[in-house]
Amino acid sequence: MRKAQGSWEKRILKSLNSMCTELSIPLARKRPVGEQKELLNKWNEMGTDEPDLSLFRPVYAPKDFLEVLINLRNPNYENGDSLSFRTHLGLIQVPLKVKDIPELKECFVELGLTTGQLGIDDSTQVPPELFENEHVRIGQKVLVQQDSAAAQQYIRQGSPTALRAELWALILNISSQPEDILYYEQLKTNVIQHDLLVDSLIYKDVKLTASNDDYYFVFEDYLYQVLLCFSRDTSVLGHFAYNSASPPKSYIRGKLGLEEYAVFYPPNGVIPFHGFSMYVAPLCFLYHEPYKLYQIFREMYVRFFFRLHSISSHPSGIVSLCLLFETLLQTYLPQLFYHLREIGAQPLRISFKWMVRAFSGYLATDQLLLLWDRILGYNSLEILAVLAAAVFAFRAVNLMEVTSLAAAEAVLADLSTLKVMPLLQIFLFATVT
Amino acid sequence: MSRVLVPCHVKSTVALQVGDMRTSQGRPGVLVVDVTFPNVAPFELQEIMFKNYYTAFLSIRVRQQTPLHTPSKWVTCLRDYCLMPDPHSEEGAQEYVSLFKHQMLCDMTRVLELRLILRQPSPLWLSFTVEELQIYQQGPKSPSLTFPKWLSHPVSNEQPVPRLEGLPDPSRVSSEVQQMWALTEMIRASHSSTRIGRFDVDGCYDLNLLSYT
Repeated sequence: MRKAQGSWEKRILKSLNSMCTELSIPLARKRPVGEQKELLNKWNEMGTDEPDLSLFRPVYAPKDFLEVLINLRNPNYENGDSLSFRTHLGLIQVPLKVKDIPELKECFVELGLTTGQLGIDDSTQVPPELFENEHVRIGQKVLVQQDSAAAQQYIRQGSPTALRAELWALILNISSQPEDILYYEQLKTNVIQHDLLVDSLIYKDVKLTASNDDYYFVFEDYLYQVLLCFSRDTSVLGHFAYNSASPPKSYIRGKLGLEEYAVFYPPNGVIPFHGFSMYVAPLCFLYHEPYKLYQIFREMYVRFFFRLHSISSHPSGIVSLCLLFETLLQTYLPQLFYHLREIGAQPLRISFKWMVRAFSGYLATDQLLLLWDRILGYNSLEILAVLAAAVFAFRAVNLMEVTSLAAAEAVLADLSTLKVMPLLQIFLFATVT
Repeated sequence: MSRVLVPCHVKSTVALQVGDMRTSQGRPGVLVVDVTFPNVAPFELQEIMFKNYYTAFLSIRVRQQTPLHTPSKWVTCLRDYCLMPDPHSEEGAQEYVSLFKHQMLCDMTRVLELRLILRQPSPLWLSFTVEELQIYQQGPKSPSLTFPKWLSHPVSNEQPVPRLEGLPDPSRVSSEVQQMWALTEMIRASHSSTRIGRFDVDGCYDLNLLSYT
């Protein structure tokens, strides 16, 4: 796995380097003073800037990453031609251990039919005295106690909208001290002083994804403020201790090979890909001060999101999530899986982009936040794979009638009307297996 | 507890298979690894450490030195120790494993030879073995420290030394020094752990290309 991650990283570096040389733009340079002043003045409205980004292209898109994952092979694994009891009918060919539905039921026991949920038991037909009022009251108590572990347990049943921002901050251990505000201001200064090629990639990504989204285009300026600062944050380098990836290296101009002049590029070691800004966009609904938004995003990234675009055998890593999705579908919807495979529409090809983005930009925002509540509550991303399988189960009847990959994509193109919690509950607890 | 590496000679693995090895199609599911200790006297085994490579179950047999010229027998000291909870999947397949003497079924004194029996019942893996095998015996006990006598027997109060002319009162000086020390401790305790996070080298961050090494 590490070898595969290493060669994938090399590909990304080559792609970035060739972009540099083609466009004759340096990876990083110091801004002249005039430009610094100009940027400082329009810091809060960077969205109005319309730089020419036509020559830039994203370093990679999720589907490129999927191709790498499909080609992962264990050299010690019997990949014979004859079909055996363990032939992988899906796209992922790595025999990682994934949970099945009985194990998932044990793991996600709070999502069961007999437990109240926000997202189900707070709908208009249900009188609030049954569940919602009491749940809100408990949430307020948890916040008063400032008990992070209790908050994590509480949020497994969903978070009331009014309490969500504080609950997430409590679970992620974010308390805004004056030094955190200062740290953010320091990052802002770094952005103003140095111009990075990665900045243009971020601009392009925001313009391509979040700005075109009906829910998130209003937050365009916030996204620049967060992502540009994120690229300069060296504290993010700390997460490479438990990440299978490694940060790219470079040398100060003219000092190639001298270790004293070796630096990481970008300073936080993370090269953004197409859709990266969608990790930040939903958080803009919860936090309005840039430094708070920044802290929450950074913590969410180093705890969860980095696993969605690096190759590892971790149970919440993207490889395990893909295998979990495919296994769930094969085991519990075998007819659908077989049909889709026959028409050349491997289900993972459709659901991969949902999982890599943690469904951001595909679900309605309130539903997405309910889903991310559970990610925080269970400290695991496995729920993304379960939801992907549940979506396929929900649209199974339509999918059985399609005859091509394009038609299957069309059936699953619009998820914005889906209600996340009923789907999860039915798939895990109410499907006859 | 300290431990000392015992130099060992690991013989090449022998596969155990039923039937004619040339014509049978399956791969062996049982391998035996013999570990001898040439030039080392029988010792007490403390720890066995190795890196697993797709072995599912491990059994260990040991041959110990017996007194009075009776022939030594092989004794099983570890039976079917599970290294991979699911032999068909990757979990535990490449982990580093340490086994200690308290996990063994018999006492591990006077070890002459070890035999590791590796089992991998799943037909999915092309090969399996254990790598980087290291055997440890107990190291010498750390020497007990003897404290100097004057630490454990504090001297009784002596007569105060007569004050020299022109010097400040020692008790007052010591109380002021104590206050200063308390202040420095306070400053050290409130020192923030936030890093400054510089990513440039002397203010310069001009980069051309990424490096591949």
